[in-house]
Amino acid sequence: MIRKASTIALSLIATAITLFGNVRADDVSLHGFLEGNYSAGLAARNPDGGDFKLAEERLQLKLDASKDPFHVFIKADTFYDHVDEKWNSELREGYLDLISSKWDARLGRQVITWGLGDMVFINDMFPKDYEAFFSGRPLEYMKKGIDGVKFGIYPGFASFELVAIPFFTHDTYPSANRFSMFDPMPDITDREKAKTAVTLDNTEFAARAYRDIAGFDTSVYFYKGFFRQPSMMPDNPVNPTKLTLFYPKLSVYGTSVQGRALDGVLSLEAGYYDSREDRAGSNPIIPNSETRYLIGYQRQMWEDFTMGVQYYGEYMHDYSQYVQSLPSGFPRQRKLHELTTVRLTQLLVNQTLKLSFFAFYSPSDGDYMLNPEIKYNFTDSLWSALGANIFFGGNRSCQFGQFAKDDNVYVQVRYEF
Amino acid sequence: MRRLILGIAVVFLLSQSTSASASSLTADEVMKKSQAAFLYQGKDFRARVMMKLITKGGQERVREMAMMRKNYGESGGEQKYFIYFFQPADVKDMTFMVYKYPGKDADRWLFIPAINMVRRIAAKDKYSSFVGSDFTYEDVSGRNLEDDTHSIVKDAQYNGKDCYVVKSTPKAADMEYSYKLSWIDKISFLPLKEEYFDTREELYKVFTADEIKDIKGFPTITKRTMKNLQSGHMTQAAYLQADYDIGMEDSLFSERYLKQPPKKWIE
Repeated sequence: MIRKASTIALSLIATAITLFGNVRADDVSLHGFLEGNYSAGLAARNPDGGDFKLAEERLQLKLDASKDPFHVFIKADTFYDHVDEKWNSELREGYLDLISSKWDARLGRQVITWGLGDMVFINDMFPKDYEAFFSGRPLEYMKKGIDGVKFGIYPGFASFELVAIPFFTHDTYPSANRFSMFDPMPDITDREKAKTAVTLDNTEFAARAYRDIAGFDTSVYFYKGFFRQPSMMPDNPVNPTKLTLFYPKLSVYGTSVQGRALDGVLSLEAGYYDSREDRAGSNPIIPNSETRYLIGYQRQMWEDFTMGVQYYGEYMHDYSQYVQSLPSGFPRQRKLHELTTVRLTQLLVNQTLKLSFFAFYSPSDGDYMLNPEIKYNFTDSLWSALGANIFFGGNRSCQFGQFAKDDNVYVQVRYEF
Repeated sequence: MRRLILGIAVVFLLSQSTSASASSLTADEVMKKSQAAFLYQGKDFRARVMMKLITKGGQERVREMAMMRKNYGESGGEQKYFIYFFQPADVKDMTFMVYKYPGKDADRWLFIPAINMVRRIAAKDKYSSFVGSDFTYEDVSGRNLEDDTHSIVKDAQYNGKDCYVVKSTPKAADMEYSYKLSWIDKISFLPLKEEYFDTREELYKVFTADEIKDIKGFPTITKRTMKNLQSGHMTQAAYLQADYDIGMEDSLFSERYLKQPPKKWIE
């Protein structure tokens, strides 16, 4: 991964130097930030005995250079991780744009965000970092870049985005040493990650078409690729000694609509998840096909105060097959997994002080996640945020209930330049 | 000859009556002309806007942006706005788009570059401070004339210019001000000064046009200040490189360009 990242970065820099050898200074910009980000456990120690979910100092540099019809952007981080006690570097984004009047292309590592959900994702099939979200890092760290190419085509009657991803990136889940994540087979410690070979057959494709229909932003989506959460294949179904982690094949067909309604903004989104390796729903290792849907509404109630609510559902198909094939002792998922969210945001003191509250509650599972935060901009370049992530309710196998011992309070301090 | 004299007399009388009607414009007519002069000049408009947000204690913050505006239809009709932020660093490369409609709430979209996401936002013109400044969205892109009742209070001079002083009272009760007095220049119809009175009828916010330049034949307020007398906070906005009728394409006002603002318009 690091080698791949540095290859991308070096080839981009080389391309940039070749293309932009004689650009004007105002077409090149260098920005970034210095950040301290710390998150301390509140309820209990980490599984490995540590007290911090996160403790790091980070430098980010963003290089931007343009010369028609090209544009290069590189965003790279280097940070010292006090939990693992080591320096790390990562290429967050690094891409080359080619821009024409009716189309454009973006090649390299890039972040893509589709769909309408606020922290729930139906048609955004691009990789996420949930550990970042649960341990109190800034929101942007929840999105991971993809390594691929995106084409934009703009013929006028609609707009199209086509994405091809030859290099698979999985989601990042909370690590076992920092979070007490639920594990259905904790006794089997011999685990191996199956590698997704870089072949045409394994290349992920995603497409989005969008346009305005009667004042509503309307999109349709398609994705062909893989679940980004691993499934676990035992070497022996009766008496397993080893688990192989792999990513089952998945296709998604979806749509979304967003517009002004009821004195606010109304969002509707749905997607059909076609689990291509378990269409009958009888393989207990692989997720069944599902229909996922979302209704969201946000409204400004008074000056600088906004409220947003969402209802989200995951409806499992072939549920009786799932129940029949589920091995005994494993927690049974519900046919309908429901989530609701609320987000409240109040800005004060000429928008320098931000009070926010975000909460998940699952009516089907009974678990919660609460995230209150206070953020203050001391100056235009220096801000700090203090917040907490609180998990409770449900049981050990629930989405948020499993982190009941992982409550944390975090602080972010950033100097931007 | 007699006929000719009569004719001249008629012309004279007619001209008298037209000038009489000019000086006796109704308050609604004055505000309509003012709206056209202040917010609808030209087919399109572009400026680099430098805003200084200054606290009572003198601490300054800066918002620098490129603002584009295009008219669709007559004065008072639909408009589209596109704003790109240069600074501060934490909002650099953010873009913001508004489709403004007469008589109903605007559509607004915000692009957040850190996660490459375009999102509609729910915001009400009358409640919302523009980027933390003392200007509201309404101060930037205008308020529906039909939302207020207007009356001419008096004629007065402001900075040596003859003005109508118009009192505008919101019809709805949910505004933060109970009425506004506007000094409208009788020649350019630009607002030279506005005073906002709160629900206790105390003056709490003052707008002044500090510099007016002629750009392509359009008198344009290139420096303006909004001061909040209660908090002591004020905002100065300077419009640099302002220009009209530059041939902005409709396609600029789209998700594509929110994500990738075209260099030629945001320099």
